[in-house]
Amino acid sequence: MSSLVQSVDWLAIAPPTIAAVAGLAVLVADLFVPGTRKPLLGRLSVAALAAATLMLLPLLDADRGTFCLVGDPGVCSYTADRFTLVIQFLVLGGALLAALLSVTALKDDNRRLPEGEYWFLLLSSAAGAALLPASRDLATLVVALEVASLPAFALVGLRHGDRRSSEAALKFFLSSVTATAVTLLGISFVYAVTGTLHLGLLAERIQDADGQLGTLAQTGVVLTLIGFAFKTAAVPFHFWVPDTYVGAPLPVAAYLSVIGKAVGFSGLILVTVRAFPSYADVWGPAVAVLAALTMTAGNVGALRQQAARAHSAVRLLAWSSVGQAGYLLVPIAAAAYATEPQRAIGSTLAYALMYGAVNLGAFAVAAVVGRTQPLNRVSDYRGLYAASPLTALLLAFFLLCLAGLPPGVVGLFAKVTVFSAAVDAGLGWLAVVMAVNVVIALVYYLKWTALLFRAPEGAPATHRLPAPLTAALAVTGVLGVALSGAPQLILRFTDTGLF
Amino acid sequence: MIDISESVMQFLLAFTVVAPLLGAAAALLPAPPGLKGKSPEQAVLRHGVTVTGAVLIAVIVLALGFDHDQPSKMQATTDISWIPALDVRIHLGTDGISLPLLVLTALLTFLCALYSYFKPPAGPAPKAFVALLLVLESGTLATFAVLDLILFFLAFETVLIPMYFLIARWGGEGRARAAWRFVLYTLLGSVVMLLGLLLTGLEAGTFDMVALATDNGRSLTTSVQVIAVLAIGIGLAVKTPMWPLHSWLPDAHTAAPTVGSVLLAGVLLKMGTYGFVRILLPAAPDGFRTFAPYLAAFAVVGIIYGSLACLALAKRGANGDLKRLIAYSSVGHMGFVLLGIATMTPTGVNGALFANIAHGLITGLLFFLVGGLKERTGSTALDTLAEETGAALYGKAPRLGGLLAFGAVASLGLPGLAGFWGEMLALFGAFEPAEGLSRPAFLTFMAAGAFGTLLTAAYLLVVVRRVCMGAAPDEAPELTDVRGYEFAAWTPLVVLTVVAGLWPKALLGLTDPAVQQLLAGGTR
Repeated sequence: MSSLVQSVDWLAIAPPTIAAVAGLAVLVADLFVPGTRKPLLGRLSVAALAAATLMLLPLLDADRGTFCLVGDPGVCSYTADRFTLVIQFLVLGGALLAALLSVTALKDDNRRLPEGEYWFLLLSSAAGAALLPASRDLATLVVALEVASLPAFALVGLRHGDRRSSEAALKFFLSSVTATAVTLLGISFVYAVTGTLHLGLLAERIQDADGQLGTLAQTGVVLTLIGFAFKTAAVPFHFWVPDTYVGAPLPVAAYLSVIGKAVGFSGLILVTVRAFPSYADVWGPAVAVLAALTMTAGNVGALRQQAARAHSAVRLLAWSSVGQAGYLLVPIAAAAYATEPQRAIGSTLAYALMYGAVNLGAFAVAAVVGRTQPLNRVSDYRGLYAASPLTALLLAFFLLCLAGLPPGVVGLFAKVTVFSAAVDAGLGWLAVVMAVNVVIALVYYLKWTALLFRAPEGAPATHRLPAPLTAALAVTGVLGVALSGAPQLILRFTDTGLF
Repeated sequence: MIDISESVMQFLLAFTVVAPLLGAAAALLPAPPGLKGKSPEQAVLRHGVTVTGAVLIAVIVLALGFDHDQPSKMQATTDISWIPALDVRIHLGTDGISLPLLVLTALLTFLCALYSYFKPPAGPAPKAFVALLLVLESGTLATFAVLDLILFFLAFETVLIPMYFLIARWGGEGRARAAWRFVLYTLLGSVVMLLGLLLTGLEAGTFDMVALATDNGRSLTTSVQVIAVLAIGIGLAVKTPMWPLHSWLPDAHTAAPTVGSVLLAGVLLKMGTYGFVRILLPAAPDGFRTFAPYLAAFAVVGIIYGSLACLALAKRGANGDLKRLIAYSSVGHMGFVLLGIATMTPTGVNGALFANIAHGLITGLLFFLVGGLKERTGSTALDTLAEETGAALYGKAPRLGGLLAFGAVASLGLPGLAGFWGEMLALFGAFEPAEGLSRPAFLTFMAAGAFGTLLTAAYLLVVVRRVCMGAAPDEAPELTDVRGYEFAAWTPLVVLTVVAGLWPKALLGLTDPAVQQLLAGGTR
């Protein structure tokens, strides 16, 4: 008689597990660490995230699966294939950078943020986000999604006695819960039609579903997608973004702008390409329209930001991240039409890696400036070059990468892959919409860049660089420059099998 | 002419593209001991002269080592895989079409650096100025040297940011707005161009320009070619600029610093026309044939429009600006280039390439002269300069006046000077356009273009009369005549204008075989 106990491949699940265990450890340790020694918790968390990222290395050699069906070892709930590893790298690396920003932010905040809880929430959310790309059944997927987002609500509202912070958290929470509820309804419909939750089996069975259940299946597919669209902050689920980002502590905003997006689009990819490939005619056009609307709304929103308004720098980054989410959706839409959907998905991954590095870099500079200019207006960046040339050059580089213009070569090539995915799939109209958006985006990115080099008004403010921020800036800067020289490092995902 | 081994040639070409980039990075660093000079400003400007000078020498050696018996063959080629995922290769090479443009770019940038060394631009510290100038040079040289569509796009975009900052930070009145218009127009054009390039590359299965030219559009259906030509053409036409997409140009030129105007007119505009010849003509001939009459029509409207605008600006009381006038004259001159390309004949395309070079030399010279004039009189407004009778430059500063008259006469296409051959050949090409193009239509275009040369002569002579001639009042202050460094920067342009006018074969001998082969299907 075969054993009913599944064998667990601990190495494969190490990355999310380390993050989760470290989160619990930090929460418990918080009880015993005296107030003066609290920074220790931050160091522990940073080390844990670094270890989790490093644990991706031994998984590179071959695809692994665990938590497989006892009767059918080919069907697993957790798979560490190339797709998983890339997203896990993005999530854990991004969380590591956000943690580096947090160390300084917590220190500057004079205990208004409870450290133990902060690190616990950050690590739990990162664990959920790292679990999500590996999950290969809808139940694990939803659990991972919730583990990733529930701590995020708390993180956003964590700042005690800050009304904007709590309001943002509530907005974020309410809209997210609605989306999850809708997803669960969709999943139940799909389960009713196919009798399975495993993505691989779903893809087979939903094709030959009973004709009478066709409408049910279609409704199920659409409802499931809606929840994931919310997480990517796609239109019309984008309105929570700017308020949330401004209300949240800056490192949390940075975290959400990258990891939040990664969670959303990796879930969307799994659901669309892995679970419902036969419904490409339903989700393809839907995602394409979503992409067009999202990028337009985000870029127009960013364009309308006034430089002198309080928190306009973070607000602008928030809106521009909505726009960037739109670009990320383009290849997913293209996957519906392409003969080789994996190539298109690879474009999304390449773009997301580029975006993750440079966007976190931009947030790191915003964190540096925010230390001396708490209002963090775009106009506060005027003359940054005179005050600290290297920081200003880095920010200029990051912004031009986001805009996709040389010297931000990697940004340009990331855009080229997205464009080529769209053109290859015959989505000419979407490519044109994106082209217009690239120009709109250039206006605000270049305006900000130009501001950095203007003569400062009055004496230039000096910006002191604490070690964690320097590390974050150095890592993102080196990544950006190295990738600009060798874009192949990330673009190769468009050329190889992912799943 | 001289025998240089292939590997040295490869190195030279790669050096010309990479050296300015490295130089730009070095310009931002503090000067090393021993090279500090009198002041940091002087040191960095000298650094600019050194780097551009080295690049110029490399390009000249490259031109000397170029096998002039086989100008249609790609020479000094390097072909390394860079991004296999996108099939992007670092493919460099030069033939008879790109070599003259490389020389022109290296020469003009060197002269600009030299001019700036003695006359530092008014504005913020020159450190960034030199760095931007070098990035600009690298981008332009790369545009002419690369043979891969995506790399071409990358190089095409590289010049945007430096030029934006050159105008926005060192420019004159209205610079912020002018810089924005420049960058937005060009970018809008170039993203559309990117879509066209991707379509071409993906449909043909290669981004390699040589392979695409050899294929001669055989693996692209006509409808793909039509869309590709439209998309790529819009991007290139904005840069050229073609009427009615030219409206960024006058503002940009008027606001740009002297050096910026020289490079903008001298080399940046050529990137557009070069793209037409290098990419569209050989890679999508069917698509190009569809649009050729429209292109020619727009080109001719540009010629007439440019000269009429200049005539209006040159009139007394019109409050015309000399820089603006030369900018509009560029629209007209580039119209001849586009007309030549649109004929799709060897004659016309050769004429276009010749006019390209001639325009770079002559308009570069004119912008230098106007910059010198502005420095002396403080104004480029024609009415302020000319007052009642004329600015009397012949009397106040005879050499400057003489040079200005020379530039104007060369620009109007006087036989014996560089401006003549290009325009004549372009019109000649239009007399007998390629097969499949409507001859009556092109005859009409030719007639209109010929009328345009008449208008060009008219406004340039008006300018000469109002600026150079006139009664010099006795008490009028003498203007400083041409200084030594100005002579150094301007003489090469004057000499080359005369040489190209008297010995056109030097250029045509290079371009003609390459063009013949390009039109017949591909480079070897």
